[in-house]
Amino acid sequence: MISRTTDDYEVMRAGGVAAVIEPAFWLGQPRTTVGAFKDYFSMIVGWERFRAAQFGVRHYCAIGLNAKEANNEPLADEVMELLPLYAAKEGVVAIGEIGYDDMTPAEDKYYRLQLELAKELDMLVLIHTPHRNKKEGTSRSMDACDDMGLAPDRVIVDHNNEETVREVLDRGYWAAFTIYPFTKMGNERMVEIVREYGPERIFIDSAADWGVSDPLAVPKTARLMAERGIPEDAIRAVTYDNALAAYGQSGQFSEKDWLEPAPIDQRDLYGGNSVLRGGQAPVVQEKGLIIE
Amino acid sequence: MRPRPRPVDLPGVRKQLVAWIARQASEDALRWLQDRCAEIAGGAPVAKCFLAFSGAPRRIPKDTLALDETDLARASALRPGWNPANWSVDEAARALLVLSRPADDENAWIRMAEQLFSTADARESAALYRMLPLYPFPERFRARAAEGIRSNMASVFQAVAHRNPYPSEHFDEGAWNQMILKALFTGSVLHKIIGLDARSNPTLARMLVDYARERWAAGRAVSPELWRPVGPFAAERHLPDLRRVLRAGDEAEQEAATLALAQANAPAAGELLGAFPRLKQRIDAGELTWESFSRNRIEGMA
Ligand SMILES: [Zn+2]
Repeated sequence: MISRTTDDYEVMRAGGVAAVIEPAFWLGQPRTTVGAFKDYFSMIVGWERFRAAQFGVRHYCAIGLNAKEANNEPLADEVMELLPLYAAKEGVVAIGEIGYDDMTPAEDKYYRLQLELAKELDMLVLIHTPHRNKKEGTSRSMDACDDMGLAPDRVIVDHNNEETVREVLDRGYWAAFTIYPFTKMGNERMVEIVREYGPERIFIDSAADWGVSDPLAVPKTARLMAERGIPEDAIRAVTYDNALAAYGQSGQFSEKDWLEPAPIDQRDLYGGNSVLRGGQAPVVQEKGLIIE
Repeated sequence: MRPRPRPVDLPGVRKQLVAWIARQASEDALRWLQDRCAEIAGGAPVAKCFLAFSGAPRRIPKDTLALDETDLARASALRPGWNPANWSVDEAARALLVLSRPADDENAWIRMAEQLFSTADARESAALYRMLPLYPFPERFRARAAEGIRSNMASVFQAVAHRNPYPSEHFDEGAWNQMILKALFTGSVLHKIIGLDARSNPTLARMLVDYARERWAAGRAVSPELWRPVGPFAAERHLPDLRRVLRAGDEAEQEAATLALAQANAPAAGELLGAFPRLKQRIDAGELTWESFSRNRIEGMA
């Protein structure tokens, strides 16, 4: 969410988005120093979470070294040393997104090292499956988890499509689908996938990054599913319940966080003075012409 | 006047923290915490300390530490000025973990603390800033504490500014004045700042009156607490501002302006005060003080 504006948060909240999980990922251009990773991780566990809360959206994240940047090995080694500093923080629901991009030996090395870290810290894993050579990449990603002895129900395989979903479900993993406008997965296709495979262990998420993406993809797809005759309980499962069940295994992600926030959190997150920018009310307001 | 930094009875603080945490954490969680502290005290790799510090709220409750007057008196005896009234149980646990690290190598200790600060999330930052008065090498944290004052998160800013003796002992006048101004600017109360009266100074008084004028020009109000640090340094040229508050302000603002005037040395202040006999009488009778004002006008409104 670090590349989204406050307007995005406003429409997300209005569209019924109660919580977001922001996976650590590639920023569009490679980072060149470990300090850049450190600041990025600090931002998604800190300021971004705080920013989201100003709009009533609870923010969680996954921490990891993405596949593309694993190819810079000296830097990747330094990032690996950084990960334990962030992995156990509050609201960190998984190690991710990790996996393959070009399926190079370096990608494989750091992917497996991070699976090991997840196992050692008893954490969930969020896998990014490659956009090119996806089917093979998805199989190999799960093979590595099997090799390490990770339980499939503690691993979320993301960016699925019609070609990968069957194998992911058959092997007992969670199958997540990222809705991207125009290219990788449109929501009409998503409706048909839910119709064909049913809601079990499937859920959808929004691309919401620096590229063309729509942070309302989940609520829009929910509405489209309703219009096209998908039963309500199935819609709820793939847009809410299943994500909650999958990531809830971390102990860091619970419905109670937004349905019954603890008073101590409310003081930090929703208090009238929590964003310190000089008397600016952090509530969603109708936008008028006047800027006060 | 800047008070002298006070010594800390660290073993006493650790023992006290354990006793407080034990009242509210489960037996399992307490055992986990004490095991981690023993590892850290025994020189475990620093990574162990980081993991335990981050992971503490996964086991220790985030409720407010339940402390009574006796507990607070004990805190103050262990470290003069230490006031953990608004600490949470997991913050106490985090303090215990950090303070378990042996302090025999000053630079190693500072490196660990800096690494914690620079990778902290919001609640971790608040915990680290709240424990400033307990650090073994307090003078090494001046720049870091000033950094906390620059935070845009209220919880982090207030961890440094409120109920924390560190700023009054360690901030120079510039950093102190910025903290007071930022508190007003962002809607944090002043009366919870330790040393508020003792560290007031003429430069701060001028900055605050300038700030009030700027706000009035923009058609905005200022917190009546602004007049508290102004009072003892209110100069002749500030009296028209106080007169304006007395004439046009609401009841709280009038009380604050009167309290400020009662402390002012400017000869004409007494004259101005005399024009508001009802308020002056309440001050003379001891009914209206900054303490009663904070209680009734600031906390009462919150
Ligand atoms: Zn991805």
